[in-house]
Amino acid sequence: MSATTTTPKTSSPGSSPAGKTRKPRQAGWWLPYALLGPAILFELVIHVIPMFTGIWMSFLRLTKAFISNWGKAPVTGLQNYTVALDFNSAVGAGLLRSFLITCAFTLLVVGLAWVIGMAAAVALQKEFWGRGFFRTLFLVPYALPMYAGIIAWKFMLQKDTGAVNHFLFDNLGLGGDKPFWLIGDNAFWSIVVVAIWRLWPFAFLMLMAGLQSIPGEVYEASAVDGAKPLRQWSSITLPMLRPVNMVLILVMFLWTFNDFNTPFVLFGTAQPPAGDLISFHIYNASFLTWNFGSGAAMSVLLLIFLLIVSGIYLLVLNRRSRRA
Amino acid sequence: MKIRSLAAGAAIAALALSTAACGGSNSSSSSESSSSSGSGGGGSITYWASNQGTSLDNDKEVLTPQLEKFQQQTGIKVNLEVIGWSDLQTRIQTAVTSGQAPDVVNIGNTWAASLQSTGAFMPFDDAAFKAIGGKDKFVKTALDTGGAPGQDPTSVPLYGLAYGLYYNKAMFAAAGLTPPTNWEDLVSDAKKLTSGDKYGFALAAGSYTENAHFAFINAAQNGSDLFDSSGKPTFTDDGVVNGIKRYLDLMQTDKVVNTSNVQYENAVKAVNDFATGKVAMILNQNNADNSIVANGMANDAYGVVPFPAPAGSKTDVASHVAGINLSIFDNTKNKDAALKFVNFMTSAETQTALGKPFSSLPVLNGATPNFTDNAEEAKTFSDIYATKAKPLPLVPAEDQFESTVGKAMNQMFATIASGKTVTTDDIKSALKTAQEQVAAAG
Repeated sequence: MSATTTTPKTSSPGSSPAGKTRKPRQAGWWLPYALLGPAILFELVIHVIPMFTGIWMSFLRLTKAFISNWGKAPVTGLQNYTVALDFNSAVGAGLLRSFLITCAFTLLVVGLAWVIGMAAAVALQKEFWGRGFFRTLFLVPYALPMYAGIIAWKFMLQKDTGAVNHFLFDNLGLGGDKPFWLIGDNAFWSIVVVAIWRLWPFAFLMLMAGLQSIPGEVYEASAVDGAKPLRQWSSITLPMLRPVNMVLILVMFLWTFNDFNTPFVLFGTAQPPAGDLISFHIYNASFLTWNFGSGAAMSVLLLIFLLIVSGIYLLVLNRRSRRA
Repeated sequence: MKIRSLAAGAAIAALALSTAACGGSNSSSSSESSSSSGSGGGGSITYWASNQGTSLDNDKEVLTPQLEKFQQQTGIKVNLEVIGWSDLQTRIQTAVTSGQAPDVVNIGNTWAASLQSTGAFMPFDDAAFKAIGGKDKFVKTALDTGGAPGQDPTSVPLYGLAYGLYYNKAMFAAAGLTPPTNWEDLVSDAKKLTSGDKYGFALAAGSYTENAHFAFINAAQNGSDLFDSSGKPTFTDDGVVNGIKRYLDLMQTDKVVNTSNVQYENAVKAVNDFATGKVAMILNQNNADNSIVANGMANDAYGVVPFPAPAGSKTDVASHVAGINLSIFDNTKNKDAALKFVNFMTSAETQTALGKPFSSLPVLNGATPNFTDNAEEAKTFSDIYATKAKPLPLVPAEDQFESTVGKAMNQMFATIASGKTVTTDDIKSALKTAQEQVAAAG
């Protein structure tokens, strides 16, 4: 993964080595197709078909009365969409609120995870004794099974028995009442912290791999010219990591915006309004009320939004990189 | 040559992988594939049991001897899976949606009408009832929870449960109090019993199902219904709003409930507080007995009275008709075996055997409750179940009432716990939102 994302700077895509002259088919010409076949089949089964099923479902009135026999569910056209987008109704207002919370959540998590990941990667760029140890240590949150990591946070964030309140109030002697971390408005900050904890090792890993490809001579040359570390970082490290960053930020954005596991494990089935992330909101809207048509419509809206954002992001960045 | 054989190998491996995957998903739920391995000639069925004992393992231990007995009698092997309450609804839903279902399943009886409307469960018509020993063997109140009125029920009662107010006898005696007979007494007693780190009351304030049940019970005490005769939600009725307010005020204005209770996601934590003497009273269904005793509180150290209504209220409803029902999935290929199993589980002998370990009230006519050795407690619960219990609305949208109103109440408790106030208007507007959600889903 890291190798492919760091190389495109040097290799220019588009020039295919094969197919200069047309020859009669060689023995074994089918082999590539045979090797690709299973992948395409599974891609269809796992991704494409469910996606189109979801889009089709969003036009149905698929409530519990029809769930055991989908074929009988009546087509309602755009009704699921109009309900989801009518921001004066309870359903639409809930979706909009959840969308805005998710936007704020994503900005904070991706931004801070990137900053921490970058700081750690730069700090470990030069060789020193114990570097391997720190590299391993930093990857622990990423290597832990997701459920185990988040459930540990859940215990730590309990009001009376949690380690966080124990540390803040019993050890540090902060005054006042112990707050709840998993309910009310604090829930937002709790989930931001937990999500950053889970995400930053990935940023660290990708950036660390990217840093390996920057030749040391560049830094030496700039040091001769009198560049200080901050200048080196902004004028050498950052531009040379551009291809990595482009992919990294997009991937982190998509993951975070779609994050389901973190709120699900942290809050259980009753999420506080402040931690009502959109994937989880959609899950509640469809699974807990058995209204799969409405849930599918919300998912399609989310898909469209993410497609537009990713499209614009790549378009803008690619154009700039071509100009450069 | 080498490459070709390699490719063939890869193709075969891929094929084997995909067929293995299909086989795996089938065998986990379908009963046919495992029937060949079942001993005896009777085939086998899959049974999903809900968690009734002190733990999932405890359930397994209790049920296994019974299932072995069933196999001896009929030759039918029962593949048992015990499912926790937090997962059961989702598992049933997935089974309904995918059609990959067990043969027989336990359901919370309040879901009966909702699940019935999916059409995925076998209606018990006259022939089916005949196969399981007739309609008349069941207590009528219990049987009525089996589905919407006027239709063949899709579930039959298995274990009966009812809410009661558990109180700590020693704490009440020390304060010179007697068990409350109306709401006002309950609150003033609780206030007297609240001091320092001891509280008068513990609530599962983070459990949306518990909250929804008490929204219903308090509303019923005020004479209000949750749905009108056409099945439309009427959550914003004054009776419902005031009932919920009364329940919330235990934490908000009366301050007899520790605000930490807001993170009690199930009743077990409240029961533990009660059993360890941290609180004087809890509201729980009769299956709390096991956990209380398991936590070291003697059976005669606590008493039970009906959950009291405010003085001068229209009814003395103290509980909903709680309990567990048995359903058969309509797409089962072992209908006869499934019916035999339902007959076995609802037979007098099995009911007696399971009544004690699962602390359940009998659902059969003429059976005596044996879940406790405390005759007084048994009488109180039987009395609540028979005369003071009202069924939750038997409408398809009932489950949505539980999730929307119950979760709204979770949020209200959260607001109170974080030091803010929930007014009657706040409750009304939250219930209006819940009502709109139910209407939109309907």
